[in-house]
Amino acid sequence: MKVNYIGSVSADHFTESFLPLFEESVPVGFPSPANDYLEAPIDLNKYLIKNQVATFLVRAVGDSMLGANIGNNAILIVDRSIKPSHGSIVIASIDNEFICKKLQLRPKIALLPENEKYDPIYIEQGQNFEVLGVVIATINQFK
Amino acid sequence: MSVFALVDCENFYASCERIFRPDLKYKPIVVLSSNDGCVIARSKEAKQLGIQMGVPWFKTKKNFLKNGGVFFSSNFALYGDISNRVMNILAGMANNIEIYSVDEAFLDLENMNLENSDIADEFAMHCRSLIKQWVGIPVRIGIAPTKTLTKVASYLAKEQTKRPGIFSISNNWMEIASSLKKVPLHEVWGVGRRLSKKLSVLGLRTAYDLACIDISLIRSRYSVVLERTVRELRGETCLQLDKSLDPKKQIVVSRSFSEKITRIEDLFPIVNDFGVRACEKLRKENQLCSKAGVFIRTSPFRIKDKQHSASKFFTLSSPTNDTRDILNGIRKSLPIIFRRNYPYAKSGVMLMNFSDTHVKQYSLFNADNLLKQNDRLMKTIDQINQKENLIRFASQSEVGYTAFRKTNVSPRYTTNWNELPRVNE
Repeated sequence: MKVNYIGSVSADHFTESFLPLFEESVPVGFPSPANDYLEAPIDLNKYLIKNQVATFLVRAVGDSMLGANIGNNAILIVDRSIKPSHGSIVIASIDNEFICKKLQLRPKIALLPENEKYDPIYIEQGQNFEVLGVVIATINQFK
Repeated sequence: MSVFALVDCENFYASCERIFRPDLKYKPIVVLSSNDGCVIARSKEAKQLGIQMGVPWFKTKKNFLKNGGVFFSSNFALYGDISNRVMNILAGMANNIEIYSVDEAFLDLENMNLENSDIADEFAMHCRSLIKQWVGIPVRIGIAPTKTLTKVASYLAKEQTKRPGIFSISNNWMEIASSLKKVPLHEVWGVGRRLSKKLSVLGLRTAYDLACIDISLIRSRYSVVLERTVRELRGETCLQLDKSLDPKKQIVVSRSFSEKITRIEDLFPIVNDFGVRACEKLRKENQLCSKAGVFIRTSPFRIKDKQHSASKFFTLSSPTNDTRDILNGIRKSLPIIFRRNYPYAKSGVMLMNFSDTHVKQYSLFNADNLLKQNDRLMKTIDQINQKENLIRFASQSEVGYTAFRKTNVSPRYTTNWNELPRVNE
């Protein structure tokens, strides 16, 4: 697999949105020539989250979505402001419980697993079913 | 022309508890005060069961649970985060907003054409469905030419069946009058039950009666504040959005104890917890305080007990947000007000006389760089404790201030990595 280098990531930056870029004060003498070229470190929050107020994190439990690269214990980034469409990975509530599945709208509304071991869930008329939001990313941690 | 909206989250705390619990959709829910003392929020279903606001939990618990109700201890980490999300959405929808409380905001919709009620209704419906979809919180919206009338509109929005949750009043006296006739006097913003009792002597029953009263009579017999209310009810804009970025005037951290405390050794760690918490809040606001105080009191509801209530304020040598300065003050002040063998039921720490951190004035007796170091120390402690309360001052209680009796607090779904909602695949 080919890998492209994107840039450096600051560890503090995962939780802090505040950036003390010029904390070092230089009262006399030459300022660092690199100061002019300072850029903010790459921010995973900005990369992963499009609409912060509508985004929630949930933890996936199970292995029915392995085909969509969602492993057991993965953190899912759920955006409630995105309209679910045919083929979206969604968080849905069905029978008073949240589940993560692939949404099928055609020919029949169903929630599909991404693992042969499991069966699709067809939504029956009158069944309590609601899509909470669309999963826009999954974070699988190896360590 | 002025146009305002009042956006009011419906049964806010109870609605927050529902976001990640689809099984609670139609269940009666109550949220309890810290210590599980009394009911501070109710879902619609709980209101229908006749559960009153503020009722002691032990009195209503049995009946409520028998009727299938679900109760929660208060989870302010969750409510605060959800409130921020709602307020952020609203800020993007209006020229300006005034966050009035954790679950209410006024919006400035200047130049919206209120003559055409479709425009207002369309905006309100859009706003309502957006917040419901994005955050999962139901809101009620009242639109009107004055802030006082938005409160009236919001009250009337509760009863709307055609367009539930929204109501608008245009700047037309006939329309205003017909709305005001449906609102009891004590529901008017700024009137309340006590004043409405006084006003009922004049034969006033509804908001309409108040709006029709002679202004000069109100001014001479009551107050300019009430005069302003009357004018606003008539559609005359007197109040603008409170946009003042005035930092908070004071910070109070106080709690009732789950058990009565009679010994100062037992009281100190808890009061110190309050001091630590208050300083954290102060630093979050980027403020310094130059005065602080501590208070203790017994329970006025236990008539048979000996009663005592006292407070002691102290001045800091220079404006500070250093926890150690406050703990020092508490150490000196508490013994002065404490009396032996009184069953103390509540205490608290107050910080006041604020100034911004960037206008810090140094005292003659403090070295500048020492303060800077303390600044860093406090910042570091805050950063570490933000994730988990790992650093405590030796004089704090061993369990920390979160150790109040909370029997059923929901997970901090949105603010803690370990408590994220779990979703089965």
